[in-house]
Amino acid sequence: MRENVVVRTVSRLFVPFIQLFALYVIVHGASGPGGGFQGGVIFATSFILLLIAFGLPCVRGRFGRSWIRAYAAGGIIIFAGVGLTCILFSGNFLEYAAIETALGIPHLQTLMIDIVEAGIGITVMAVMTSIILDFVGKEEEEPL
Amino acid sequence: MIWVITFALLLFMIICALAAITVRDLLHATIILAAYSLVMTVLWAGLNAVDVAFTEATVGAGITTVLFIAAISRTRRCSED
Repeated sequence: MRENVVVRTVSRLFVPFIQLFALYVIVHGASGPGGGFQGGVIFATSFILLLIAFGLPCVRGRFGRSWIRAYAAGGIIIFAGVGLTCILFSGNFLEYAAIETALGIPHLQTLMIDIVEAGIGITVMAVMTSIILDFVGKEEEEPL
Repeated sequence: MIWVITFALLLFMIICALAAITVRDLLHATIILAAYSLVMTVLWAGLNAVDVAFTEATVGAGITTVLFIAAISRTRRCSED
């Protein structure tokens, strides 16, 4: 597969558009179909296409183990951070309206929803990519 | 007219599900399951459950197929029973 020019060129052209569509799905999740999980899975699909066309070392070089670990933990931190901030403003977990009324900023609620969706998307993207890469990799490689 | 399309899709889905468990080659079963997921996506979208259709298309037809193919490449391709 590695010497096939058509596959490599087409996948190189398509990967940025798949990632742009994934970001659109994540941001659009508050007002329509879509959301963090679906967008994260679509983002991971772009890495799978890269894996099929260019092989495992290319993807490992661009998106290494330490980066995957950092993204998987960072998304959780964003999600939990927004939720705990709502508790700090005397609301329930993920009750955005408490922050909006405390600070008096209009439309803060939709911004908070987008931040939470971005956190979910980052974690799902990192974990899905990690599962696929560990499945495809050789057994001699040290696991995560 | 629309119920004819829905009926045809449901029939195709049942045929796909029966074929996926009767076929001997596991790679064929994986591809048939991807087709099943795609038909299921159309049916979910027809029921106005666009969010579920989205998840079915990304996870069912995308990630699961790749995971199954990766698992088949690490084990045997044909079932023996």
